[in-house]
Amino acid sequence: MKTPLLAFNQKGIYCEAADVYLDPWKPVKKAIISHGHADHSRWGHQQYITHHTNVPIIKHRLGDISVTGKGWNEIFTINGVKFSLHPAGHIIGSAQIRVEHKGEVWVFTGDYKTEDDGIAVPYEVVKCHTFITECTFGLPAFKWIPQQQVFNDINTWWQQNQDDGRTSVLFGYSLGKAQRLLKHLDTSIGKIYTHGAVENMTEVVRELVDLPPTEKITRDTKKEDIKGNIVIAPPSTHGTPWIKKMVPYVTASASGWMTFRGARRRRAIDKGFVLSDHCDWQGLLTSIKATGAEKIICTHGYTDIFSRFLAEQGYDARTEQTQYEEENAEESSKEKQES
Amino acid sequence: MKQFAELIRTLDSTNKTTLKVNALAHYFKTASDKDKVWTIAILSHRRPPRPVNTTLMRQWASAFAKIPLWLFEESYHIVGDLAETIALVIPPSEESSEKSLNQFLQEIIELKARSEEEKKEYLYENWFSLNYYERFVFTKLITGSFRIGVSQKLMTRALSKATEIDEDILAYKLMGNWDPATITFTDLILKENPEDYLSKPYPFYLAYAIEDEPQALGDVKEWAAEHKWDGIRSQVIIRNGELFVWSRGEELVTEKYPEFEKFIGQIPDGTVIDGEILPFPNNDIGTFKDLQTRIGRKNITKKLLEKTPVILKAYDLLEWDGEDIRKKAYQKRREILEKLFNDVASDEIPLHLSSTISFQNWDEVAKERERSREVKSEGLILKRWDSPYLVGRKKGDWWKWKVDPLTIDAVLTYAMRGHGRRSNLFTDYTFGLWDKEKEELVTFAKAYSGLTDAEFRKVDAWIKKNTLERFGPVRSVTPHHVFEIAFEGIAESSRHKSGVATRFPRILRWRQDKKIEEANTLEDLKNLIPK
Repeated sequence: MKTPLLAFNQKGIYCEAADVYLDPWKPVKKAIISHGHADHSRWGHQQYITHHTNVPIIKHRLGDISVTGKGWNEIFTINGVKFSLHPAGHIIGSAQIRVEHKGEVWVFTGDYKTEDDGIAVPYEVVKCHTFITECTFGLPAFKWIPQQQVFNDINTWWQQNQDDGRTSVLFGYSLGKAQRLLKHLDTSIGKIYTHGAVENMTEVVRELVDLPPTEKITRDTKKEDIKGNIVIAPPSTHGTPWIKKMVPYVTASASGWMTFRGARRRRAIDKGFVLSDHCDWQGLLTSIKATGAEKIICTHGYTDIFSRFLAEQGYDARTEQTQYEEENAEESSKEKQES
Repeated sequence: MKQFAELIRTLDSTNKTTLKVNALAHYFKTASDKDKVWTIAILSHRRPPRPVNTTLMRQWASAFAKIPLWLFEESYHIVGDLAETIALVIPPSEESSEKSLNQFLQEIIELKARSEEEKKEYLYENWFSLNYYERFVFTKLITGSFRIGVSQKLMTRALSKATEIDEDILAYKLMGNWDPATITFTDLILKENPEDYLSKPYPFYLAYAIEDEPQALGDVKEWAAEHKWDGIRSQVIIRNGELFVWSRGEELVTEKYPEFEKFIGQIPDGTVIDGEILPFPNNDIGTFKDLQTRIGRKNITKKLLEKTPVILKAYDLLEWDGEDIRKKAYQKRREILEKLFNDVASDEIPLHLSSTISFQNWDEVAKERERSREVKSEGLILKRWDSPYLVGRKKGDWWKWKVDPLTIDAVLTYAMRGHGRRSNLFTDYTFGLWDKEKEELVTFAKAYSGLTDAEFRKVDAWIKKNTLERFGPVRSVTPHHVFEIAFEGIAESSRHKSGVATRFPRILRWRQDKKIEEANTLEDLKNLIPK
């Protein structure tokens, strides 16, 4: 049997022909990085290659690293293997990685979503033979509603809380979700305050997209000033002393997991908004079909269930173990590393 | 229905009790009387009998959603609630129904007698034409118990707020058997109706688990102790020559315990006893497992009555001579109860007295607690001698001081994904103990709770990297981690591979300090079975 173009080993997704890794989880010589979340862009590689909009983001997170930025669809060749980056629509700077060698094309999605969120360059279909896909929300129970509707709900909720004399605390990851949320908030209602981790990341992203003004909450921020406004904070701040400054407040989380009533209730959050940076069930199926791929490899999420369904649909589908985390309603190590 | 679905949506959008009470109170002030009665019924777990079995519902829902049944089942397993799964997997709709909650429930009641085809059509029609929340509520009304984070107590509080009727009076009114299809809001809630009170029990007073050392309760002389018997907490009512037996779940269970018919004529009319129904095979207190053979049965056969008879172990007296004596001191109530017991006690009457024990010091109390397993109780209940009989779980006068659970160190062998919040984590674990030769791990219990969220995440990450085999949602893992498992009771069982059944197993702690060779054996577990 010939060596596959991409193989899964102890360190990550390995392209032997080019001696390069995609989103490795252990330190390697050369890594092509799909996007800036901590489980995909880890510390310790000798050389990073990523989309140029992701360069300031991973530099912010990882410090002084050796990194090369590439443009969309720009082909770069390593040992005769052709690589290129294509929009994944997951967060700003997120890319699918296309790998071509001897007429065979593989695409690794990293994380992706099909809806245009107004910040990330929208997802593009890339034709391939083998499609390595995430399936975080690979269950028919997940169906996203258009984001405009969700943002209307969020703004209505904020207005209502303000009328009741309460502060709105909205949880979202510092990179990606936080900027998506604040981009669409109705600033005629009030001011947007941020947690330090959110503010720092937002400052980086501000260089790349227009975002409404925000104010970081510091020791000097007055309690009375925050009242009735909205605060964007990482999920890990829920239940910590930091949040006490917001009293009286109402909490909400914006995540795909909020689909489940239990997810919100048992985590002691008041309100859940279903808003995800991943594909829903139909989004996954449509994307897979559009790639024209016959072989599908499911990396993280409901891999077993999703690949079984794909196999029944006639695909050559299997799962591979990776160390990518699923979008998690809980406090995650993603956040811990960032804040 | 719109209003009810909106209420459920509002209750779902907050975690704060006051906001929930306000939303419910607002509903009770504005909804139609018929809908109010149904809402009270639903929130106190009085739903109409299920008109369609859930197997059919699952088949129909997966067909309607155009997904294979196995995929529906996997989704159900992850979501954890059938109605929620159905509402999620079938295609979305923005429509809404003008029909009232009452109309829906009348239809659901009538549906039971319809043909399978008609039932299917009825479900399809409604699934198709209701928006997410209405669809969820509609399906929930059909599938079963309505647990949505609103306790009966919270509902009663809101009802009290809306009607300005005292909460305790309302709790009393809502107990017992009433049919939401026929009763009016006025009759149920507003009207004073003495006849209705014939079968009505009093709300149970429940003890809180003790928080500190019992010494903190003060002078031991002010306290009495009783054993906490492991049966069904019940109220037995004798009024007008009739017997009524109520379980703590406010269920009228008179027919299940025909033994107690013997009380009629012996115990005077106008008597209400608070006690514990206990199995009593071979003239001795049995195990809870014995009692389960009685609870589950619809028909109580003569054979069963002979094999597993029951007794009432009396704790307290709530009504005497037709008078509510709950405000009298516990000591006074016990005096009357003990006199009553002495008057009627005989081998023929299945009434026993739960003894009250007084002590000179707290060490003696602690010693008595140590005897609990020996006398087949779960621990002690401490009651203040001068305490009235209160309503619900109140701190201060009654405390339960249970025995420490039994524990054993076991090895994690299988894991399954959790439900709801935990649906992306492997949190449902199976544990094994060593066989005699310490060669093989024999499954003995499953446990779902007891670790912190952070620990669950750690174990989950480990499981995902150390999976040996996959069986649908279940994975077998490399035996590596030892956990201390706690449980309340233990009995032999032919239904379990291990030959042992444990009661309420849960994870007490993760023994990261122990190697799997140090885990216990099945023999160790069997030695815990009371002889």
